[in-house]
Amino acid sequence: MTAVSDRPEAEIGKARRRKEDQHLITGRTTWTDNMVLPGMLHLAILRSPMAHARITSIDVSAARTRPGVVAAFSGQDFAETQGSLPCAWPVTKDMVNPGHPSIAVTQVNHVGEAVAVVAARTKAEAQDALEAIEIDYEPLPVVLDMEAALADGADLVHPDNTSSNKSYTWVFDSGEAGTGGKMEDALSGAEVTLTRRFIQQRLIPSFMEPRSVVVQPQGDGVLVHSATQIPHILRTMLALTVGIPEHAVRVVAPDVGGGFGGKIPVTPEEVLTTLMARRLGKPCKFTESRSESLMTAHHGRDQIQDITITAKRDGTVTGLDVHLLADMGAYLRLVGPGVPILGAFMYNSIYKFPAYRFVCDGVFTTKTPTDAYRGAGRPEATFAIERIMDELAAELGMDPMELRRKNWIRHEEFPFTTVCGLTYDSGNYEAATDRALELIGWDALRREQAERRERKDPVQLGLGISTFTEMCGLAPSRVLGSLDYGAGGWEAASVRVLATGKVEVVTGASAHGQGHETAFSQIVADRLGVPFEDVQIIHGDTQSSPKGLDTYGSRSLSVGGIAIVKAADKVIEKARRVAAHLLEASEDDLEFEAGSFSVKGSPGSSVALGEIAFAAFTAHNLPDGMEPSLDSDAVYDPVNFSFPHGTHLCAIDVDTETGMAKIRKYVCVDDVGNPINPMIIEGQVHGGLAQGIAQAMFEEAVFDDAGNLTTGTFVDYTLPSASDLPSFTTDRTVSPSTDNPLGVKGVGEAGTIASTPAVVNAVVDALRPFGVTDVRMPMTPERIWRAVQGGAQ
Amino acid sequence: MTKINVTVDGVSYHDDVEPRTLLVHYLREQVGKVGTVVGCDTSNCGACTVDLDGLSVKSCTVLAVQADGSEVTTVEGLAGTDGLDPMQQAFHDNHALQCGFCTPGMIMAARDLLRHNPHPSEEEIREGIEGNLCRCTGYQNIVRAVQAAAGAAAGAAAGAGAAS
Repeated sequence: MTAVSDRPEAEIGKARRRKEDQHLITGRTTWTDNMVLPGMLHLAILRSPMAHARITSIDVSAARTRPGVVAAFSGQDFAETQGSLPCAWPVTKDMVNPGHPSIAVTQVNHVGEAVAVVAARTKAEAQDALEAIEIDYEPLPVVLDMEAALADGADLVHPDNTSSNKSYTWVFDSGEAGTGGKMEDALSGAEVTLTRRFIQQRLIPSFMEPRSVVVQPQGDGVLVHSATQIPHILRTMLALTVGIPEHAVRVVAPDVGGGFGGKIPVTPEEVLTTLMARRLGKPCKFTESRSESLMTAHHGRDQIQDITITAKRDGTVTGLDVHLLADMGAYLRLVGPGVPILGAFMYNSIYKFPAYRFVCDGVFTTKTPTDAYRGAGRPEATFAIERIMDELAAELGMDPMELRRKNWIRHEEFPFTTVCGLTYDSGNYEAATDRALELIGWDALRREQAERRERKDPVQLGLGISTFTEMCGLAPSRVLGSLDYGAGGWEAASVRVLATGKVEVVTGASAHGQGHETAFSQIVADRLGVPFEDVQIIHGDTQSSPKGLDTYGSRSLSVGGIAIVKAADKVIEKARRVAAHLLEASEDDLEFEAGSFSVKGSPGSSVALGEIAFAAFTAHNLPDGMEPSLDSDAVYDPVNFSFPHGTHLCAIDVDTETGMAKIRKYVCVDDVGNPINPMIIEGQVHGGLAQGIAQAMFEEAVFDDAGNLTTGTFVDYTLPSASDLPSFTTDRTVSPSTDNPLGVKGVGEAGTIASTPAVVNAVVDALRPFGVTDVRMPMTPERIWRAVQGGAQ
Repeated sequence: MTKINVTVDGVSYHDDVEPRTLLVHYLREQVGKVGTVVGCDTSNCGACTVDLDGLSVKSCTVLAVQADGSEVTTVEGLAGTDGLDPMQQAFHDNHALQCGFCTPGMIMAARDLLRHNPHPSEEEIREGIEGNLCRCTGYQNIVRAVQAAAGAAAGAAAGAGAAS
């Protein structure tokens, strides 16, 4: 037996080109909407043009006579058979959940809600037939403003089954929790108290692939293909919602064109398509148009944040008091109520705040429901704290960076337990900040800023800071339990060394563009000492990957990746027993390196993993009692969240005469723990920055007074194009996580979380000489110009 | 129904289409070229970009009947037996895609850009692809890919010049 290794270098840390790319760049893709099945029917959905109304009559019979139409139904036809769409996060014991039908039966509560559905041979025929449906509405008062919605005597969104528009009030108080001081004491003893209101405008996740679902009846069950982030959770939820035994539901997420949280919930369309396929006994497909997507796929953010910070005159922060109003829209979606609660733990960010209080009211309005959007609660929290730190610095006449340095957790203080009770395992805020300041040339930019202020240049320079941390790797199951979340936070993996030595890895972390196949292959290649090309990653199908909790909250690597490591280690241990048997040596005398076991001190006596796999396959000569085949499963429940951090700096030119703002330099130094694939990390950061900058400058979902979404197409909802964005300078520091064996943290949401406050701080910094203390997002030229004029923002 | 005769990725098709059929739907549903995708209904996203007789078009703005007698190239027609198109290779090398949904249109638009301006500046590239939306990459690596493809083309031309 020989020791063979053709792998000269470590895979982890290498900028490997992606395995995923080949079929995507050649167009040989498996988007759900590509699916064509024999006898498949196409669905079209009639959607409410009213934000709030009773359905007084509906007649779909004429649609049934249209060419190609096989069936047409209204919500009444499903009144008895449709369950409520699931909400898995009842954040308080008394949270009010009015229920959410997949198709409205008697009342509509937001524009775009499904009221009727047609199945036809072609999509065009189905859409044509929608015009034949007759429906009468009796308008109800729209409820758009959260504060008005909570006022006494307010019109109710759900008048039949709620007594107010408040879904819940969730409270955290560090004094009561025993994790810090009382906010009341901080307020009464403060030398400086500063209060601000920030508006987190409503955003639309805007994944590029519109949602699509194909449901095939199979015996008593269904095979569901869906553009979803959560095939495993969807399987369980469809079973519960539609009443199909879970083992008769198979969900496949084929190629999925982006998610950003927008493909997390169990959607009305998925449930309705399942109901239709079962009723008609034929495969049914529904693919949304972009307008439908913008109207009805959930929205994100939409919070009013009232923040009070208390401090000493020397800049030491003594407390933070947060009151949120969080717009749930018309219904509670899968994790919607929990989104602001995730943020609750991040308002103290990287700072040592002695006291903290957080109160959030979840509010119903007659608008599209909200749910997770990239970062989910944490971008909102980071925005508020980084904005008010700048305002506090201005109030105290301090440099905003010095104020941050005075209050942050120092490198030598880790592990550090925060005022929220989280324990940050590692971090180095000084190192990341110093590197970012150096890269952007901060001091020279400050000098230039002073000169331009001095000469009253119409184009002023603004410098914005955002330091941040986030909690990734959602999440230790016990913690989720303590927050009343309806599932665990573990992830599953299987590692199988095949007879030929090739390796199959099954992961429950289903991907939608992040590069899992490449990063996971790198991890396995190193762990098992096999070539990168010999590793195949299997995911996104509940039949081949039966266990999992899917992908959100930057959990793939720090939870899913660790599950893979655990499974690989089990394989190695089994292989060690086989190797000892084959080499007639003691297990303790074997060392495993570069894919081979060898007897210590006698390198000529060794056996490669592939040979062991073949021996385990033939099973001719295994240790007594050993099961044949070389494979193993693992389920990993993280011991802690992971806490990536970073410092983002933005230099922006603001034309005070036109309101135009243009980012001149954007530098970020992120610390995501040990890097697996630097190229993928950089790509994730770039994409995150684009989304965070877009919140600061471009994007907002706007409703008119009647509750119509006036930003219902990409003409009106301004996704940034290439010419709207600068090139970014990215760099890293590395503080390995001490809570997992790879030392990894997570990167998917970092760019989005950090960039929004960096850009807004930069614009406010440019305009502070004009008396400007805030500019509401998105900071359009008009809003900036009005701020300069001192008018309404 | 109207009869049309279209060459798609080098293969000739004679088909009956409804006059209202958009080229993108014809390509996807009748020809089976599902690499070309639909991302919006307002011609903003560019995911459906293809070549029509040497011109880059958003195939959701062209009726199938308008393509009668034309030659269409989709992303599926780029890679041959001798390997990837240089722009496809550049996208792969520069990590210019994540979810990949916008990628076919982006590659087609980027090729067209270089056809008309073989040596674009970064600003010209950003303007040149602003009709194609991407939500994943922040565009930076797409810009790099286009620069790399332009460099590769220039290098190939220089090499050819030296050989002749």
